[in-house]
Amino acid sequence: MVNAPLHIITLVKWVPDAQLERRYNAEGRIDRSEGVLSELDEYPLEAALQIKEAAPDREIRVTALTMGPAGASTAAKKALQIGADDAYQLTDDDLIGADIWATSVALKAAVETVTGAAEFDSGEPEYLVLTGMASEEGESGALPAQLAERLGAHVVTYATALDLEAERLVVTRSGGTESQRVAVSMPAVVSVTDQVNDPRYPNFKAIMAAKKKPLTRFTLADIGLRREHVEAKVRVLTTAARPPRTAGEIITDEGDAGVKIVEFLAKERLL
Amino acid sequence: MSNVLVFFDELGETLTPAQKELIAQAAALGEVHIAVAAYDGDPTPVLAVNGVQEVYLPEVSLPAPEVAIVDLLETSVAESRAVVVLGSSTADATDALARLAVRLDTGLISGAASITADLVVTKSELAGSYTTTSRLVSAAAPAQPLVVTFKPNNIDPQRVDTLVTEGEQPEVNVLPVRPSVGGVEIEERTAMEVSARPALAEARIVVAGGRGTDGDFTPLEELADELGAGLGASRAATDAGWIEHAAQVGQTGVTVSPQLYISAGISGAVHQRAGMQTAGTIVAINKDEDAQVFEIADFGVVGDLHEVIPQMIEELRRRKG
Repeated sequence: MVNAPLHIITLVKWVPDAQLERRYNAEGRIDRSEGVLSELDEYPLEAALQIKEAAPDREIRVTALTMGPAGASTAAKKALQIGADDAYQLTDDDLIGADIWATSVALKAAVETVTGAAEFDSGEPEYLVLTGMASEEGESGALPAQLAERLGAHVVTYATALDLEAERLVVTRSGGTESQRVAVSMPAVVSVTDQVNDPRYPNFKAIMAAKKKPLTRFTLADIGLRREHVEAKVRVLTTAARPPRTAGEIITDEGDAGVKIVEFLAKERLL
Repeated sequence: MSNVLVFFDELGETLTPAQKELIAQAAALGEVHIAVAAYDGDPTPVLAVNGVQEVYLPEVSLPAPEVAIVDLLETSVAESRAVVVLGSSTADATDALARLAVRLDTGLISGAASITADLVVTKSELAGSYTTTSRLVSAAAPAQPLVVTFKPNNIDPQRVDTLVTEGEQPEVNVLPVRPSVGGVEIEERTAMEVSARPALAEARIVVAGGRGTDGDFTPLEELADELGAGLGASRAATDAGWIEHAAQVGQTGVTVSPQLYISAGISGAVHQRAGMQTAGTIVAINKDEDAQVFEIADFGVVGDLHEVIPQMIEELRRRKG
């Protein structure tokens, strides 16, 4: 029996560079004027490519999907350079200020649009959504579960190893107090940690090849949504920059620094 | 007084410090109801806490990632008529609460530090560089409860102990929820080695080591045990295989916010700082006087950790006498 084709959609996000100062703007939203492909999203992309490469007899397509401002096309292009077959970018002004509720509504419709548009030669495809363990600026890790709930898909989070079998994906993950091996059938949403693989870097050939790969931009209307479908449930009321930490007392060890640290801790009542 | 539903994805023989803290957060808002997914035997004696009125259990224990946990939560919300649902920000609890928020068609705020009686939530954002407040758009007349996950260590442990005191046994409701069939099957589970040290994310004191340890964590382990601290590490140290990956503090690892963070042999690059800069007090030891960690340390020692830490341990023991 020939295995059904598999469509892997990896979610990639354009995020403010963590190496630079990140800030909120006057509207209480994270300033996204400059950014990079989230480092944590290189892992699901690499995982998708490894799954594809390990199954040369199976028709597998790797699609990168990003949601964000115009600049997010950089994240989509980087994903194409790294090895995605095609890429989609969802951009719409009505998505500015989206909370996780609105984000998962939009991504559900986007995933369904992308899987609906894809044509496969070897039959009706199954689909798998791969994501990073969390977004670099939100860090909540709640998106995979919300997306799966909306798609009616199964969900497994924080995968540290993936193994595609004929009709299911075997995932190693760590729950709170135990390590688990979990088999999940498609359709599924799986998030992977930074332990799952070592992401590749695009070489010159891949960068040139990426220029020929399709990058499709769509708006909310293209995926069948209107503004009222993506109104946030949560509103940010205030944002306040924390005063930066300042250096305290720095001493050079003259043979008694261990004692001095303990004296400091005692003075601060930390013992 | 409003009703509050607290979610525990698993419950052991005693409440963990993080679970006590959740009960304390909830008790400040109203009558506490608790839903428990995975448990052994009769969990009610553990939940005999002042302020806890009702407990909801599935017919059989539901260990994560069992999807029926979401059914348990949905039914518990209806039974408790809660206006807010609280849980921890750990992976398994977040998965269940995130799905619950979709089913209830309500907002989710994750990684919270505190919540007011008006259900305004304060949290730390962008690796601790901002503090935000947020709430439901429909806060004036919410149709559904707000769902919030909390990070630990936001209330002083001594205060938690005064807030969470032994009380009468709560009323137990066994709900008709059973494990789901198919889809996600757990084929194998291995208990992780249980360390005698406090869990990193919850520890009141954290001792962390980096490249400067040269691969030998023994002095840090000894210091951690002397202080009752959790043990952490920089990514350089976990990548080198000197210590398990779960110990990594930073952007892609565990975020800690202890009262005291002792950094030894860690340069303190941006990714590391992101995981610890909300600590109450930071003490840094590094051979390199230009190490970035000194920019944020409350007390810093330019010196060799292999000399400074053993002396610290000796001094701590001498004081205990």
